[in-house]
Amino acid sequence: MHEFLAQLANGVELGAIYALIALGYTLVYGILELINFAHGDVYTFGSFVALGILVGLRAAGALHGAGLILGIAAALIAAILASALLNAGIERLAYRRLRKAPRLAPLITAIGVSFMLENLIELWQGSAPVPFPNVIPNPQLQIGALEVGVQQIVVVALAIVTMIALHFFVQRSKLGKAMRAVAQDRDAASLVGINVDRTIAMTFLIAGALAGVAGFVGGVSFGSAWFLNGFGAGLRAFTAAVLGGIGNIAGAMLGGFLIGMLESFSTWLIGGQWSNVAVFSVLILVLVFRPSGLLGETLPEKV
Amino acid sequence: MSALLEVRALDVRYGGIVALRGIDLRVDEGEIVALLGANGAGKTTTLRAISGLLPIRSGEVVFDGSNLRKRSPDAIARLGIGHVPEGRRIFTRMTVRENLELGGFAIASQREAATRIDDALAIFPRLRERIEQRAGTLSGGEQQMLAIGRALIARPRLLLLDEPSLGLAPLVVKQIFEVLRDIHARGTTIVLVEQNARAALALADRGYVLRNGEIARDDTAAALAEDPAVVAAYLGGE
Repeated sequence: MHEFLAQLANGVELGAIYALIALGYTLVYGILELINFAHGDVYTFGSFVALGILVGLRAAGALHGAGLILGIAAALIAAILASALLNAGIERLAYRRLRKAPRLAPLITAIGVSFMLENLIELWQGSAPVPFPNVIPNPQLQIGALEVGVQQIVVVALAIVTMIALHFFVQRSKLGKAMRAVAQDRDAASLVGINVDRTIAMTFLIAGALAGVAGFVGGVSFGSAWFLNGFGAGLRAFTAAVLGGIGNIAGAMLGGFLIGMLESFSTWLIGGQWSNVAVFSVLILVLVFRPSGLLGETLPEKV
Repeated sequence: MSALLEVRALDVRYGGIVALRGIDLRVDEGEIVALLGANGAGKTTTLRAISGLLPIRSGEVVFDGSNLRKRSPDAIARLGIGHVPEGRRIFTRMTVRENLELGGFAIASQREAATRIDDALAIFPRLRERIEQRAGTLSGGEQQMLAIGRALIARPRLLLLDEPSLGLAPLVVKQIFEVLRDIHARGTTIVLVEQNARAALALADRGYVLRNGEIARDDTAAALAEDPAVVAAYLGGE
């Protein structure tokens, strides 16, 4: 029972990170029908930016008392900005000019951008994992039979607040509505005066910002950053997005948490070397039996 | 009268195939102009080229003194051209209210947008009853009303309508045409593409007949309605 609850908490923590990354895949897919394979590396980049800020501040002796809170906030905001700008920059430089090309062209380009980012990050940070500064105090709390770390609570809370903010942004704000309109029917959106290119750029900006949050909480949670982190995490998050129904925002969140649970429990029950098998078996099963995902639309929308 | 819209020697191609060849059109402020022709004659292509959805290969489209060539569709919409596209193209997964709000996307003032949505709902009271429903659940006639209502929110000076009666019951078609008459009476210039040529010519001041991407005839609506060749081809022999 004790171990079960611990794995549950682990799964939620992992799931929160996957959900944040999965949202980026699903937002971009929703608007461009493009799997942005570089998205995982945007997450890695966010992690390293947060790490760099924290290391710098710690070296300057600024991470004490109120400075600790400010430092954490600065690292988080820097990761958000850096990942958002990187993702929007990728769209501007690599994908925009391929907007009218056959669909395979941007897809291959995305894979190319991913390799490029991985190699650039390796040049910048080396090929070994870099320890992430252990800045958030992590006393263990006992809640009934459940033992959780403060860090876990912070990670999950930050992810959930971000997702709630995203939900309201997409549902209520003018730009959020424009994003949904462009996702549904680009021509019709342009006829009501929506600038389609700008809306797509904003979507990449937001998807990147979410990857930045994930980069920060992922660094805190895993205790390190590594140039290839985004490859594995990106594939799992992509699986989560497909499981929930690619293009569906609530689906990406649900899929993220389910994949996090699956990874955590499969590691516990059948061993860590099998958790990839479990996760990617889910991808195959979903693609075969329910390609539209758990929450995806099954009815054709276009006549 | 001054031309609100002037199309000169317009050429449009679809992947190498000539879709429009040397189209000349003139629409004066306050007119209703019908575009008639068989399927594939180029009526929809003409409207899409005016709105910027299709690239212009050569020729000019001038709206109220502005050259529209190389302007993006959203910029053209903001200049004051509304386009109710073929197949309605409402946002089916969004609510009726959200569709109307998007019609007012370019309006900065929230209050102004809300007033205009109210005006549109006064024209289409059926939409008020369905305001929080997903647009995809509306009937065909209601979807067409929503498509027109969405275009009206921006208060376009020129409204392009592509087959507003397509697939609708006769009674609904009659309602839609009454609304068009009403919209026109409030000062909106209209270009109407219609399969239902009889209804279109009854409403229009003038008409153009397209054939194979070219203008085959242009005349007053009354003259076209009485022309034996037009009657035989588009109005059905009686």
